Amino acid sequence: MTGSTIVDEWYPVGMVSGLEPETATSTVLMGEELSLMKETDSSITVRRGTEERPALVRFGHVWTSLGSPDHPLFSIPEADNAERRLVDCGCVRVKCSPLRAVENFLDIAHFPFIHTGILGVEDHPEVKKYDVEVDEKLNEIWAKKVEFYQPQAAASAQGGIITKYMYRVATPTVSILYKTCPVRKGEWDIITLFVQPVAEDVCDVWPWMALYDDDTPLTDLIHFQQMIFLQDRSILENQIPRLLPLDPKLEIPTRADLTSIAYRRWLKRRHYTYGAQTVAA
Amino acid sequence: MTMRLYDYILSGNAYKARLILAFLDVKHESTAVDFHPGKEHKSPAFLAINPAGTLPVLVDGDHILTDSAAILVYVALNHDPAKTWFPVEQPTFCAQIVSWLAFAEQLTTSIGVARLHDMLGRDADIQNARATGHQALRRLDSHLVEQEFKGSRYLVGKTPTIADIACFPYTALAGDGGISLMAYPAVNRWLISIRSLDGFIEMPGIHALHGSDTAPDLPWQSGGSERE
Repeated sequence: MTGSTIVDEWYPVGMVSGLEPETATSTVLMGEELSLMKETDSSITVRRGTEERPALVRFGHVWTSLGSPDHPLFSIPEADNAERRLVDCGCVRVKCSPLRAVENFLDIAHFPFIHTGILGVEDHPEVKKYDVEVDEKLNEIWAKKVEFYQPQAAASAQGGIITKYMYRVATPTVSILYKTCPVRKGEWDIITLFVQPVAEDVCDVWPWMALYDDDTPLTDLIHFQQMIFLQDRSILENQIPRLLPLDPKLEIPTRADLTSIAYRRWLKRRHYTYGAQTVAA
Repeated sequence: MTMRLYDYILSGNAYKARLILAFLDVKHESTAVDFHPGKEHKSPAFLAINPAGTLPVLVDGDHILTDSAAILVYVALNHDPAKTWFPVEQPTFCAQIVSWLAFAEQLTTSIGVARLHDMLGRDADIQNARATGHQALRRLDSHLVEQEFKGSRYLVGKTPTIADIACFPYTALAGDGGISLMAYPAVNRWLISIRSLDGFIEMPGIHALHGSDTAPDLPWQSGGSERE
């Protein structure tokens, strides 16, 4: 089922603050049952049966692999800034391909229709021209100069603003969003989507944030993110086909879908097919 | 003193409270409770307010209401001068409404449980939750067909009541728990009728109607709408 590019990748499998100490927690990664055990917040072991798997603790989450990653976990240097608030949002299960969850996160055009009155309004549906490139050195996708009118861009936003975005795809199931910080000029808020592939058409999604916002209660920050993501969930579960089509014959994209096109091509080039449909049905 | 709602954005029961407060435009304040992932509703501070550890909770001065049906009745009786949402002057309707408030509990323990299982990974007998959910939906659908024949789009009488609010959230959220509403056409028409009411607010998983959407004509009507 899985090529080396798939098994040798890092995946999120749990939230550190959600694990009870000295208590085994089981989870599923690509059909394989794993057991997580926390000794301390920085020392967590991951086992498949009796076999220990590689384990990292970063960005509030536990990362592991079913294979042997030959690369370190991606970095988010901004997350180390002590002035940022790091927000664990918990896990939401979605019956969709893990790749569909990432692709939806990269899409701006749906904001006015799915996140009406918050991330977009129906009177301002236009997605302006933006740039997408593959960073060959990091093997990541970057979309830059994305701009969109948003009535309530974040929990901390007071009224509508033109929000600037940068999107980054760090691994096939991890996307990181940099967006205009409403309360600190010139800084980016960071919102990530860490996607744990449970099966090809089921995923556990762990949103996580690193924000400049000293005023909004933590619970309100979490609920803002949950509200947005749960608005997407019902849409994601109804997308057809369930798997993400990598065959370009199957769908006709528009200019606004530039990041999605780059993502699908990048997956295809890496032979990353878990959760993908490679031949038109 | 302003009423305070202890709220969770993803809770269908909390949404019932938000809906009645919105429909009746009642001034109130809200406190968000970190149900997931923080389990704040089981924290000592919250248990001091509601020992049952459930959401929502409405606090109005000395009164603490910890049951969504009680909140619906309380807000309707105190803030609806037109007396339509809980029509106290029509005892028969009130009795019917109370039985729908009890029925709504069946939706919570079936569809609501399936939803928590599918969405937040809570333990549940998922087959049983879905099966009892379908049973409840069949009952709701047949009743709504009867109501349509009487020219009504709502569960009781001919105008919306707290019975509709009590049954709306978990019905509309059935898809979240892997329960399809495809086999329940009258339920689908009713959902749109509720979503098109003045003052309606959405919740994640229940989308607002968009500009061009309107409540559909009842199947046997052409053109004329008998909403009142």
